[in-house]
Amino acid sequence: MPKDHGIGASSKRREDVRFLTGTGNYTDDINARGQAYVHFLRSDVAHGRITNIDTAAASEMPGVVRIFTGADFEGIGSIPCGWQVTDRFGEVMHEPPHPVLAQGKVRHVGDPIAAIVADSLAEARDAAEAIELDIEELPAVVNMKDALKDGAPKVHDDLPGNLCYDWGFVEENREAVDKAIKEAAHVTTLELVNNRLVANPMEPRVALGEYNRANDESTLYTTSQNPHVIRLLMGAFVLGIPEHKLRVVAPDVGGGFGTKIFHYAEEAFCTFAARQLARPVKWTSTRSEAFMSDAHGRDHVTKIELALDKDNNFVALRTDTLANMGAYLSTFAPSVPTWLHGTLMAGNYKTPLIYVNVRAVFTNTVPVDAYRGAGRPEATYQLERVVDKAARELGVDPIALRRQNFITEFPYQTPVAVEYDTGDYPATMDKLEEIADIAGFAARRKESEAKGRLRGLGVNCYIEACGIAPSNLVGQLGARAGLYESATVRVNATGSISVMTGSHSHGQGHETAFPQVVAEMLGIPEDQIDIVHGDTARTPMGMGTYGSRSLAVGGSAMVRATEKVINKAKKIASHLMEASEADIELKDGQFTVAGTDKSVAWGDVTLAAYVPHNYPLEDIEPGLEETAFYDPSNFTYPSGAYACEVELDPETGRVTIERFSAADDFGNVINPMIVSGQVHGGIAQGVGQALMEGCVYDENGQLLSASYMDYAMPRADDVPFYSVDHSCVTPCTHNPLGVKGCGEAGAIGSPPAVINAVVDAMQSGGHDVTHIDMPASPSRVWAAMNG
Amino acid sequence: MYNFDVVTPKTVADAVAALGEEDAQALGGGQTLIPTLKQRLASPSKLVSLTGIDEIKGIRTDDSGVLCIGGGTSHSTIAGEGSAYPALAALAGNIGDPAVRNRGTIGGSLANNDPSACYPAAALASGATIVTNSREIAADDFFQGMFTTALDDAEIITEIRFPVPEKANYQKFEQPASRFSLVGVFLAKYADGVRVAVTGASNDGVFRWSEAETALSSNFSVDALDGLSASSDDMIADMHGSAEYRAHLIGVLTKRAVAAAG
Repeated sequence: MPKDHGIGASSKRREDVRFLTGTGNYTDDINARGQAYVHFLRSDVAHGRITNIDTAAASEMPGVVRIFTGADFEGIGSIPCGWQVTDRFGEVMHEPPHPVLAQGKVRHVGDPIAAIVADSLAEARDAAEAIELDIEELPAVVNMKDALKDGAPKVHDDLPGNLCYDWGFVEENREAVDKAIKEAAHVTTLELVNNRLVANPMEPRVALGEYNRANDESTLYTTSQNPHVIRLLMGAFVLGIPEHKLRVVAPDVGGGFGTKIFHYAEEAFCTFAARQLARPVKWTSTRSEAFMSDAHGRDHVTKIELALDKDNNFVALRTDTLANMGAYLSTFAPSVPTWLHGTLMAGNYKTPLIYVNVRAVFTNTVPVDAYRGAGRPEATYQLERVVDKAARELGVDPIALRRQNFITEFPYQTPVAVEYDTGDYPATMDKLEEIADIAGFAARRKESEAKGRLRGLGVNCYIEACGIAPSNLVGQLGARAGLYESATVRVNATGSISVMTGSHSHGQGHETAFPQVVAEMLGIPEDQIDIVHGDTARTPMGMGTYGSRSLAVGGSAMVRATEKVINKAKKIASHLMEASEADIELKDGQFTVAGTDKSVAWGDVTLAAYVPHNYPLEDIEPGLEETAFYDPSNFTYPSGAYACEVELDPETGRVTIERFSAADDFGNVINPMIVSGQVHGGIAQGVGQALMEGCVYDENGQLLSASYMDYAMPRADDVPFYSVDHSCVTPCTHNPLGVKGCGEAGAIGSPPAVINAVVDAMQSGGHDVTHIDMPASPSRVWAAMNG
Repeated sequence: MYNFDVVTPKTVADAVAALGEEDAQALGGGQTLIPTLKQRLASPSKLVSLTGIDEIKGIRTDDSGVLCIGGGTSHSTIAGEGSAYPALAALAGNIGDPAVRNRGTIGGSLANNDPSACYPAAALASGATIVTNSREIAADDFFQGMFTTALDDAEIITEIRFPVPEKANYQKFEQPASRFSLVGVFLAKYADGVRVAVTGASNDGVFRWSEAETALSSNFSVDALDGLSASSDDMIADMHGSAEYRAHLIGVLTKRAVAAAG
């Protein structure tokens, strides 16, 4: 019998009641009395010098409260970057200023130039059209290779060029890797593009700033994955508001996918303007604005070389990547192509020598930052594509080649700094072969061919580092923040519980899954426990949700706090039952004394804590509320094996996914249904990247894929029914729940499976195509086969 | 949006009168115009909604068997009640999503003549007659290039008359993002010959592929198209496909339409 509550139960998502009935409370649902609306006048050119901006006439327009320009933000801080990368020569990265509103230059289409605050949005938009603005258009750099050429137009005039950093990892391995590749029996080389994506959460970004003159307090309601991080960055670095005077609330948030981690100019503007005007100021992004102002994802151009010995053992790996930063450094942008990417290049394989070179480049495009997986999909894609290509070149089975090179002993120290604590890669591959019915593929291919279709099978593995992250380690790597998590477990007098967590749920189901853990530990019903999150005034300082960290780090903090609660409750119970504390046991919500029939209920103990008439006041304080901060000792390393089967219509180039199977090892699983849902969503995004999505700029820096008319999002009928399995479990060895994280796996593991399958299909039709870049759209596939 | 006035006349005559005012614009189902207004790309002073005019809604078959569809008829109505012309009903049922199909109208689509819209291919391949408040226009004369038609200002499509063919089929290859036609081919076989109309592909909007029509009129079979290829001259080239790809798809889809029409 599957469990019906607690750890391991597929408890129904309690938050869905409000999400599915239109009763959620999203930022745009919040309206402050007397609020004004802001409309941002954004650059329509990719690169230019502002030669004149005159707001006088516009300021006289009906309803206008005030128009702000870059000049109003002189002396105000720059939008900060949260990670400083040191390059391979020991120099720190170039870190240009990022003003809230453009000062002097505009650097991408969508760069905000002026902010018009008015009584209504329509009046703000009318006034924007009355602003006299002259921009001297400058040549734009869009392509990264062009941006690095001598004499290329500079995105930032004060920098030597457009190179942000030239990172080498592990630099000491560079010569040894070069030598090993030179001497190898076989070297497979692949050049590829990891396509730029727009995250497109269902809810666009919104910010509402409030200011209370009576107590000098500012409040920002915002669509964020991490309100405490926003409070820290905006308060300390941009606006100079101390924490006790600044509250940041991220209520229901309709999807984040990374792009709602970062601190954005619009948040700082609304907070700043509300203080200036002593009036609430609200901004709601349109979908069009989202395309040109939300941080984009991916956008790497890579050359990867895999060296093998005569027995097909991997002996060395070398990669050379250009990573697009866009026009400014978004909050965590520098970390994505470096520490979240280079450290994963060992994958599931015991390649002894690895060298990763990444040059990060400024261009006149929207800033690029973390998007579901963040660096790890880029690592996995190139590695699993080059392994597949090597198998084809060597004429060996791609699954067998992978198995031959699997890491099988743990802990395993990779040559790229990280130590995998646990895993069982042959087991997930075995499970994949079973659920994907790899053995039956040949017959299915025949059926497809009888219909005039080509059929391809793509298999790959992945590993990711999540549960981000040990603070002392990331501090050494350049993080300007700690990456612990926090929880307060507040037990109420009658025994119900509120858990205040620094994690943030924006679709992940924390409100359901987190109580399952506490309920399991205390033996009380899940519905006695509620989760409070998303408000700096109600939760302890926490770092938020991204990097598949919430359960592994936030959940661990919650376990630690619950353990403290149990310890104190046992002391109270021992007093009530006049027994030794060492003999007290807690089971099914009852405290008992070992070897006796004495018992006292959970609710009696909690009541005693708050009505301490009969209470050991000389030993412990009244009340039952505990806080814990948890800083992980290592990353967690989920892993798995994925298989995709496609049909390809050779006449049109259209690829359809017929089967998709995922065998994941997430460590222990709290709620299998929610985990499956996370994998489903991740695969949909990975399939989107592989077949449909792609952000396209023209050579002048105009965003061509600026709406859903041209940016292809996957829809329900673009993805198949998935076969997912997470029964292969090697528990994480270093956190109390033995959990690893599942939020990003689908997006990391699926793109190479899809492209491996598309290449397989094309080759089965006799086409000598060894690679196709994403998205493998019908026109691209047709062109590849008819090139 | 900019400010504008809205009127909802009940008769074609009142609508035509209202459209006589300067900067007035007709509003059908609004599936193109409303997004355009929201982006402030148009600034009519007055919108003349056609949604209240019952006389331009509905589907009937006249005495000679011609299917007559009111210009204000929604895609969903045509999909549900256009069974006299199954290929047309199927086309209507695959436009956009349910919300689009419930609001969008055939008259609005034809008047807009989006180069990737579906209805223009059906009207042109069927040799339909576009009836307005003032005249009847043959489909061959109606479509005059991308977003351009023979309609005068203040002229309203009241009805579209479709001769029902012996056989017909519409093959739509969707642009992955918008799900408009990347290329769409509507094929209709009549006693006096075959007509093939192509949407989505050309910089000049919907057009007839005359070589295929000639070949199929003498031999209505997939084989008759062997060796025929549409020219890529003047084909649309964009991020979703090159001119050559679109030209190639015309051939593929025409063959499929013949096979599907039976």
